[in-house]
Amino acid sequence: MKLPHFDYQAPASLDEAVALLVAGDGGARPLAGGQSFVPIMAFRLAEPSMLVDLRKIPGLDQIEIGDEGVRIGAMVRWRDLLDDARLASALPLLPAAIDHVAHYQIRNRGTVGGSLAHADPAAEMPTIALTCDAVIDVIGSKGKRSIPAADLFTGPLMTSLDSDEIITSVLLPAWPASRRWGFQEFSRRRGDFALAGIAVFYDEDASGVVANAHIGAISVGDTPLRLSKAEAALNGRKIDEATLAEVAAVASGEVDPNGDIHASARYRKALVGTLLSRALSAAANRKA
Amino acid sequence: MKPASHHTQNSYVGGHIERVEDYRFLRGEGQYLDDVSRPGQWQAAFLRSPVAHGRIVKIDASAALALPGVHAVVTANDIEGEIPTIPFRRPNPTIGPYAQPIIARDKVRYYGEPVAMVLADSAELAEDALGVIVLDIDTLPPVIAREAAMSDKVLLFDEVKTNVPTVFNADKGDAEAAFAAADYTIRDQFYTQRQTALPMETRGLLAEWDAKLGKLSVSGAAKLPFFNRKAMAKMMKLPEEAVDYIELDVGGGFGARGEFYPEDYLVAFGARKFGRPVKWIEDRREHLMAIGHSRECSSDVELAFSKDGVILGMRGSLYVNVGAYVRPNGMTPVRNAAQFMSGPYRVPAIHLDAYAFVSNKTPAGTYRGPGRYEGCFFIERLMDQAAAGLGIDRLEIRRRNLITHAEMPYPLATVLPSDGRAETQCDSGHHLEPFELVVKDSNWAEKAALQGKLIDGRYHGIAIGSFIEGGASGPQENVRMELHADGKVGLYAGSSAIGQGLETILSQIAADALELPMERIEVFHGSTTYLKEGWGSFGSRATVMGGSAVLDAAKKFLAAFKIHAAARLGVTIEEVTVSEGVARTADGRSVPLAEVVKDGINVDGSFKNQTPTYTYGTSFAHVAVDAGTGHVEVIDYVVADDVGRIINSMTLHGQVMGAAVQGFGSVFSEELVYSDEGQLMVGSLADYLVPLASDYPVVRCHSLESYPSPTNPLGAKGAGEGGIIPVGGVVANAVANALSSFGVKPNVLPLSPSRVWEMIEDARAKA
Repeated sequence: MKLPHFDYQAPASLDEAVALLVAGDGGARPLAGGQSFVPIMAFRLAEPSMLVDLRKIPGLDQIEIGDEGVRIGAMVRWRDLLDDARLASALPLLPAAIDHVAHYQIRNRGTVGGSLAHADPAAEMPTIALTCDAVIDVIGSKGKRSIPAADLFTGPLMTSLDSDEIITSVLLPAWPASRRWGFQEFSRRRGDFALAGIAVFYDEDASGVVANAHIGAISVGDTPLRLSKAEAALNGRKIDEATLAEVAAVASGEVDPNGDIHASARYRKALVGTLLSRALSAAANRKA
Repeated sequence: MKPASHHTQNSYVGGHIERVEDYRFLRGEGQYLDDVSRPGQWQAAFLRSPVAHGRIVKIDASAALALPGVHAVVTANDIEGEIPTIPFRRPNPTIGPYAQPIIARDKVRYYGEPVAMVLADSAELAEDALGVIVLDIDTLPPVIAREAAMSDKVLLFDEVKTNVPTVFNADKGDAEAAFAAADYTIRDQFYTQRQTALPMETRGLLAEWDAKLGKLSVSGAAKLPFFNRKAMAKMMKLPEEAVDYIELDVGGGFGARGEFYPEDYLVAFGARKFGRPVKWIEDRREHLMAIGHSRECSSDVELAFSKDGVILGMRGSLYVNVGAYVRPNGMTPVRNAAQFMSGPYRVPAIHLDAYAFVSNKTPAGTYRGPGRYEGCFFIERLMDQAAAGLGIDRLEIRRRNLITHAEMPYPLATVLPSDGRAETQCDSGHHLEPFELVVKDSNWAEKAALQGKLIDGRYHGIAIGSFIEGGASGPQENVRMELHADGKVGLYAGSSAIGQGLETILSQIAADALELPMERIEVFHGSTTYLKEGWGSFGSRATVMGGSAVLDAAKKFLAAFKIHAAARLGVTIEEVTVSEGVARTADGRSVPLAEVVKDGINVDGSFKNQTPTYTYGTSFAHVAVDAGTGHVEVIDYVVADDVGRIINSMTLHGQVMGAAVQGFGSVFSEELVYSDEGQLMVGSLADYLVPLASDYPVVRCHSLESYPSPTNPLGAKGAGEGGIIPVGGVVANAVANALSSFGVKPNVLPLSPSRVWEMIEDARAKA
């Protein structure tokens, strides 16, 4: 579990970083906190020729809140999000989810961009990005582009990023103050990888009828998932016991998780419904 | 912290004394193996079998040897003659052929078995080299589960025709007659999962060979350096005096660290063969696959009762998966499970067969409370089921069967074949005392109303159970006491420090016996260089055995002081009295201890004892079960034990609480899972889920000293393991109690959320 040999550079600009990645010809990897990737290297599951550490590049550590939404720089750390009091109203789902990210030390070092690029289906940030219809800005040798979250995650730990592309920020669209939301995650110990997790939000009319339901699921597929059937089942309904039971059953039915040493597939499938029901219940009962 | 100075003489023992070790540890001044390096040392890394069972066809290390900084690759072919096997600590007549060779030559028998050792300039380079060694193995059918192993269809050892090295029989009275006469019997099947002790500091060694003197020095000793020195000398064909084991600070043992493992020999072999210091620090992944595993035990057991709930007999079978080889103390958990399953209860008739079977898994050894945790889980589950079956309150059925002081010494079942300790007996105590204390302190009377109740979406349950803990393993411990030039007393102990606070405990005992402040006692321990012979720290023995040896040495030390003082004062020895480090005559003349430094005091003390101590106690759990997630929260946990005599209430409290929390790991989350092919599926602490500091906030401990042990002058009992023993049985019973409306039987551990939820779902489906 000792690191393999690699070269290390910490460039001061994005252009330099991209140039290093291009020069690495697929063998160089960006480093953005390293809380997942360095252990992977220690297990010798990845042996990049060079790590291009993004920590010295200015401008990637900002949290900007404006009319278009919340823009989070790629090098913003979990601790920064949890410490930003504005998010409780600007995007309350986000800190609620990030509160479940790993353990204390990891939250001090892990970054938003690193997590998105790592694309672990068991992580919180990719599912939050997908659930919120986020857009990820990247820069590479071919220039800048913006990738909708739904197009970023292509498989387990796989993204549509080119090997010379670097995530610079993610935009989470503006959040109406009246929006209802819930986040539920269950892991064996607090901070461990989720056995399953649910992020949900919806808008409602004056009579409490649900519209615009967004439901994301953590750790029950190869990628972060949107539960479109459960969303459809929820839209147009009021939150009551019958709705909760029905939507939970639909959600459980539309996921097909794997079993592993921590939990059976059957358990995970049921857990999705349980957590969705609890998340919706919390959403409906939260005082506005 | 330095001990508070307001203690009057003779009052350290029994006090709440902060650990003298912590002064060093909290300042980062601890010296663990990784802190020690030698110029020119080579680092070792081990190539381990990637399959569970197979024949080695070829090992080609040429590409590895071609790497810069890589000096050697040691394989079985470098060992002349027979491959040495690791000696047993507790031999019995049938385990000989199952001993572990220090490297695989023809056959590999578990995933992780060492097949080659790389020596390189750094650990990184050594690991690079592992990646390019070509290892060709013809796989053989893996033997993983009990049924496959005990069928003997595929044998692990072709030369012996069975996968069952030993069947231990535990007997007392006439079990058949007891069952024939019973009004009620309860029989069930149970399973405790494979775990490991997981000390925070992984194993490591630094071996140095002095060719001129023909001496081998091994740093990184733990637990039992003197036995390991003997083992190493025997395997190396060296005289015992030619081997030194040096103990540094040790980050936990729990029964696993410090046993003799294959790597111990290979690292020393490399140092001797190449004349370079060789260092090896185990990484966590190899730790999980290579250090001793434990606890994998299934059982089919039965209790017989009279209609009023008195236990008449116990019978059944236990099956322990000991892994691919029988390690030095690999049989201990097997024979212990059989001997100690009756635990704190009066069971007049016993017949248990405990089968040890080999499999293609990592070889097993001991883990805190070996065999006792397993046996306690089995009998406590049966006790609760019997209470329900007989319609007797769960407290009442225990009151009718707990051993009382009037019955001491109370003999347990005799276990054959003998490994030297066939017979044993509880030494002292009244088991109802901690039991009633826990009943009261847990507020059982009030909490009884919660049983099975659904409150805010969670089912509540409570349970209580009792245990015994064996301690003070024999046969002997030695210490030497020496007056140093600065007037301090050096105490050289055969006991080992494994993180348990040994220096504090021995200092307290010595300071009281010598009537000196603790600051004037300096403890040196665990290295073979201090004493001709010693034993170490295992089987909860260091306080009782080492501490009693300290008393003996102190007596001799004071006698020597008197002789020197009398000579200086020109009086007879009888005319001198000694107190608080000063020798005095009746007419007021005196000689302080520091003045006799030139005369020299250097005395040996020892304590011999083959009679174990039995700490005993009771614990209580209140849990809440979330039926939707299967999560079990421990809302309250209370444990009380009687340790004979409390030496240090603070370190004792730490032992009991730490053991209880470690037990929660056993019950809920720790499991070494294997695939059907025999691959260990757990490679890091992200998968091996030990309790975190914040996971179990509520554990309350009470320790008693009502019934001192008659076996030693301190009256103390071993107390490092008891806390973990009842956790499985008590928590499982609390979960069963919470889920009584579903009728679930939590008989298989761990109680992971997935398993708890599935028990509920299956019960719902049946209903």
